[in-house]
Amino acid sequence: MKLDEFFVTGEPLIYAGMVSIVLVSSAVIFLLTYFKRWGWLWREWLTTVDHKKIGIMYILSALAMLFRGGMDALMMRVQLAFPDMNFLNAQHYDEIFTTHGTVMIIFMAMPFLIGLMNIIVPLQIGARDFAFPFVNALSFWSFFFGAMLFNISFVIGGSPDAGWTSYTPLAGAAMSPGPGQNFYLMGLQLSGIGTLATGINLMVTILKMRAPGMKMFQMPIFTWSTLVTCFIIVFAFPILTVALALMTIDRIFGAQFFTLTGEGLPMMWANLFWMWGHPEVYIVILPAFGIFSEVIATFARKRLFGYNAMVWSMILIAGLSFLVWVHHFFTMGAGAFVNSVFSVSTMLIAVPTGVKIFNWLATLYKSKIEFTTPMMWALAFIPSFVIGGVTGVMLGMAAADYQFHNSYFLIAHFHYVLIAGTVFACFAGLEYWYPKMFGHKLNERFGKLSFWLFVIGFHVTFFPQYFVGLDGMPRRVFTIIPEWMPLNVISTVGAFGMGLGFAVFCYNIYYSYRNSKREETGDSWNGRTLEWATPTPVPFYNFATVPHVDKYDAFLAMKEKGETTYDEDKLEPIHMPSYTGKPIIMMAILAFASFALVFEWITLAVIGLIGTLIMMVIRSFDYDEGYHVEVEEIKRIERKARRL
Amino acid sequence: MAEHSKRFPVQHIIGFVLSIVLTLLAAWAALGSDLPVKWIITGIMTLAVIQAGIQLFMFMHMTERESGGGHVPWNMMFHGFVLAAIIVAGSLFTMSFGFTHDHEDGGNHQQEEKHEEQSGH
Repeated sequence: MKLDEFFVTGEPLIYAGMVSIVLVSSAVIFLLTYFKRWGWLWREWLTTVDHKKIGIMYILSALAMLFRGGMDALMMRVQLAFPDMNFLNAQHYDEIFTTHGTVMIIFMAMPFLIGLMNIIVPLQIGARDFAFPFVNALSFWSFFFGAMLFNISFVIGGSPDAGWTSYTPLAGAAMSPGPGQNFYLMGLQLSGIGTLATGINLMVTILKMRAPGMKMFQMPIFTWSTLVTCFIIVFAFPILTVALALMTIDRIFGAQFFTLTGEGLPMMWANLFWMWGHPEVYIVILPAFGIFSEVIATFARKRLFGYNAMVWSMILIAGLSFLVWVHHFFTMGAGAFVNSVFSVSTMLIAVPTGVKIFNWLATLYKSKIEFTTPMMWALAFIPSFVIGGVTGVMLGMAAADYQFHNSYFLIAHFHYVLIAGTVFACFAGLEYWYPKMFGHKLNERFGKLSFWLFVIGFHVTFFPQYFVGLDGMPRRVFTIIPEWMPLNVISTVGAFGMGLGFAVFCYNIYYSYRNSKREETGDSWNGRTLEWATPTPVPFYNFATVPHVDKYDAFLAMKEKGETTYDEDKLEPIHMPSYTGKPIIMMAILAFASFALVFEWITLAVIGLIGTLIMMVIRSFDYDEGYHVEVEEIKRIERKARRL
Repeated sequence: MAEHSKRFPVQHIIGFVLSIVLTLLAAWAALGSDLPVKWIITGIMTLAVIQAGIQLFMFMHMTERESGGGHVPWNMMFHGFVLAAIIVAGSLFTMSFGFTHDHEDGGNHQQEEKHEEQSGH
């Protein structure tokens, strides 16, 4: 392979991308060396198994991916603003919408939520870490390297260009030769390992490590949403793993699972993809529901209305999410009976979702609402999400779907549910739990500014797309006809509004770091659940003494009784896991193997896989059992944290 | 972990050896034997079920008190089976239209759809 085949050439935008990658990497390396921070980086972050630090790394990576996916979106909006734009050519446009979708779902939405779960769930249930802290670190690094592998594709080898759904036969070896699609396959496969492992890890953590006395139906609602999400992950991700493996074997080793020749069944890819893909939608929306429930209950100063109904509707949604996948390809031609069955099951999902909407409204009813920024996101979520949900039911009607399918109506629908649901929740959750993570709140004025810019920008971007879709504009086209121009111009303006909102949000992080008042107690918002019972900053062992829980809204009960998580008489040495460099090394080697497989360098891939196996053997003989934090040290840390 | 490392894991070794023997047996049945195909398929399926049993009872935590006497893994396996049934039955249900049609008149769409309605799919 020649060098000019290895690197992507001929596109000024991509040359600019290369230059900025080199500049940013050199700047990072220079700063780390100049301030002598390499050791700190390795000891404190790269080898950490602390769920709070891993969560922060997840969220930082997710914000970076949000930036990348957002830049893709802005480039697409520029290209689509006017007819006959020459900003992106067809090939480049295809690559950009593919990476936009994949990055936003797999490398932004899920890691953002998993990051919040990482930090908050153990704190909410009174645990000191995950059930398997080593595996947690492994999960993060598998996600991180998977994301890097996927992202590097636009400068090395060329990005995938068959859409985030990567339908065969287009995505097969015959019609998409070269490394592009392989990046998609290997990037998703690598990060999928981490997602699956996190699903198991969090499930065990929630089932086995709750504070003494805490029953399942006394768990905070965000923890419940996480548990349900973990079930979906554990049952849905294997399907993706298998589908990706089959397509990898097709592309690299010449099998015929999804090809047009050799009795292959191309539509089977769509079938398998959506068997995972539809549950995946709920993997990113259920935690969002959990976050909004927490935020709404906290700032309405009321117990969450219909807690049991909320939990059961989530379980019902999770069950139904495995029974609706065909609604993504009604137009495939499976026939009226098949379509009717899945049309009905699709509409059934609206029922538990509606229950949740009414419960949020009932929680707000007659409450004294505190309009903090997280609460604003939650309040904006309800009507916006309803618009997305109602248009979803429209799409769910199989007969009507023949009209809406693959038009901008669909684009508008899923952006309405994914942005108003998941992205609003990520912002709400980050701002809500920010003081717990970093010891200070985000500035409210900048927070509200970014909120208004983003929310108004969001509606301006996507509301017109419903209509341009009904006017017949299909998705995944790189030029528009003059009739579609006015609505597209509005969309593009809105997209830049959202970009501005995100920029203000990022500036707010810097501004608040410099100027915000530091938190003095752990209870920043007069909270109701256990995470607010810990001091801020949270000690690495979380709870000096784990409280006994016998009520929902456990911290509220503790505050009434005057209890804290620091009872000097009950202190015992705390068993904690040791930091280890093995996860990052193991996953780096696996990433190397994946990279080699992308270019179909089989020898190098085999060497990488052997290296990974060796790392697994080394791990098997690892008898490091962690260490104990002595009572004296706990006393010292807690007295300082609680200013006793 | 310390307790585990002191005891010699007899059960695990037996299970491991049995797994290897069964795998070799299956490989021989498929590649080296002259049995009729039906017998080979039945045979390796049976071996697979035995193998799964060995894995579950000798390596996994099916019988441990901590997992509620196997209640938790059975529960998860039940859900796993349900999901596998959904995947297989669902795929057959939604994808079988490709096989029921006569591919020769695939160009004539009108006829194809009528055919579909009559067959009830």
